Amino acid sequence: MKSSYYQSQDLKKFKSISDWSPELGKKFFDYYNSVFEEGALTAREKSLIALAVAHTVQCPYCIDAYTQDGLQRGVDKAEMMEAVHVAGAIRGGASLVHGVQMMEVYNKRSM
Amino acid sequence: MPTKSLKAQKSILASTQKQLNLLSGGIFASGELPTFSERIAVQGESSLRPRKLEILQMNIGYMCNQVCAHCHVDAGPDRKEMMTRETLEKCLKIIETTSVHTLDLTGGAPEMHLDFRWFVERAAALGVKDFIIRSNLTIILANKKYNDLPEFFKRHSIHVVSSLPFYKKEKTDSQRGDGVFQKSIQAIQMLNAVGYGQPNSGLLLDLVYNPSGAFLPGDQQALENDFKKALKTNFDIDFNQLFTITNMPISRFLDYLVASENYEEYMYALVEAYNPEALNNVMCVNTLSVRWDGYLYDCDFNQMLDLKVANPVQHLDDFDETLLQDRTICISQHCFGCTAGAGSSCQGSVV
Repeated sequence: MKSSYYQSQDLKKFKSISDWSPELGKKFFDYYNSVFEEGALTAREKSLIALAVAHTVQCPYCIDAYTQDGLQRGVDKAEMMEAVHVAGAIRGGASLVHGVQMMEVYNKRSM
Repeated sequence: MPTKSLKAQKSILASTQKQLNLLSGGIFASGELPTFSERIAVQGESSLRPRKLEILQMNIGYMCNQVCAHCHVDAGPDRKEMMTRETLEKCLKIIETTSVHTLDLTGGAPEMHLDFRWFVERAAALGVKDFIIRSNLTIILANKKYNDLPEFFKRHSIHVVSSLPFYKKEKTDSQRGDGVFQKSIQAIQMLNAVGYGQPNSGLLLDLVYNPSGAFLPGDQQALENDFKKALKTNFDIDFNQLFTITNMPISRFLDYLVASENYEEYMYALVEAYNPEALNNVMCVNTLSVRWDGYLYDCDFNQMLDLKVANPVQHLDDFDETLLQDRTICISQHCFGCTAGAGSSCQGSVV
C-alpha cells in the first residue's frame, strides 16, 4: 500500500479504471470526451468550468489536469483565480444560505 | 530571467554532448520511456529520410538583443558567431541552383548581422517563392538604424514571422524579458502601418506562439482566434496566421526544465502525446539548416545539438543536393517535440 492516498502519478493511470469494467469505462470516456468538445460553449470555457468544479469537489488530480489544460489553452492566472473564486463563492454561499434555516429555527424557538 | 547565454555563464548544458547525454540517459536509458528511435519503429519506420529539398533555413548568427528564457539557440548579446560574406554568397548559389523555393532566415536576431541588408537585397532579387525572416520584433525599436526595417521588409516582399508568446504582457515578458511585450506591440503596429498583416496587401506577418513554461501548446486555430480577438480589441493589431511551436527540450529550455524539476514530466508529456501522423510531416524531411560557419544540419534544433547531417557532404563547400538527399536524418529524444499532439515545425503545427 502506498504511503499516501493520493499519488500524482496515478493521474496518468486514470484510463486503467476501464480494465475491470471495459464497457462502462468506454462509455464513461466517450461521454467525457464528448462533453469537452467545442459546442455552444468553447472548449476553453469548459476547461475553466472544469477547473472551478475541480476546486469545488477538491480533486487534486482534476486541479492538476485542468490547470495544465488551461495553460495549454492560453488561460492566464487571473482567469484561473477568478474561476476558483467562483467555486469559493458558490461553496461559501451554499453554507451561508443555510444561515436562513438557522435563523428561522432560532427565531421559532426563541421568545 | 537570464541575462547571459549558457555559453557565457559556462553552464554545463552549454555543452551539446552533455545535452545529448541527458536526453539519452535517465528515463530513456532505463526503458521507462521509449527512445524516439524505438517509438518510430513501433510505427514501422526504421529511420527518417529526407524527401525533396524545399526549404533552406540559414542561421546567420547567434547574436540577439534579447535573452529569452526558452531560446533553443542560446542566443544573446554575448554571442558573436556570425556568417561571413563568403558563406552568404555560397548560400545564394544554392538558392539559384537547387529546388529550394523557401528561404528562411533566422538567428539570433538576423537583422543584427552586419551584411543583413546586403544579403536580403541579393537573395530577394533571386525571386524565391517565399522569403521568410524570423524577426523578434523588438529589434525594430532597439536602435534608430533599425527603425526603417518594416519599409525594408516591404520593399523586398519579405514574409515576416515573429515571436509573440502571448497576447498579454505577463506571459510574454516572463519568457522574453521585461518590456518586450510593449515593444513587440509597437513593432507590430509599425509593420501594420506599412501594410503587413493587412487584407490584400500581399505582405505576410505571422506570429509564433511558444508556451511560456513546461507545457505543450494548445490547438493552433483556437489560440489564433484568441490572439486575433485580443490583439485587435486591445491594440488594433492585425496579423495573418499564428504558428504554435512546441518548446524543444534542448539548450536554454532544457536548462529551465532541469532547474525547475520539470524535465521528466515534460518528456512524459511529449512521449505520451506522440502522434504518428505528425511524423509524416516533420520539417526535417524537406529542410536543410545551415550554421553560421557553413556546416549543414537536418534542422535548427540538430544544429544547436551539433548533430551534423549524416552524409559525406557536411559543409557548404562540398554541397551536392543529390548526395545530400541520400541520408538518414539524425534523431534523438528532442525529436518528440516535433511529433507531439498536432506536431510542431517552424511553420507551426503539421497535422
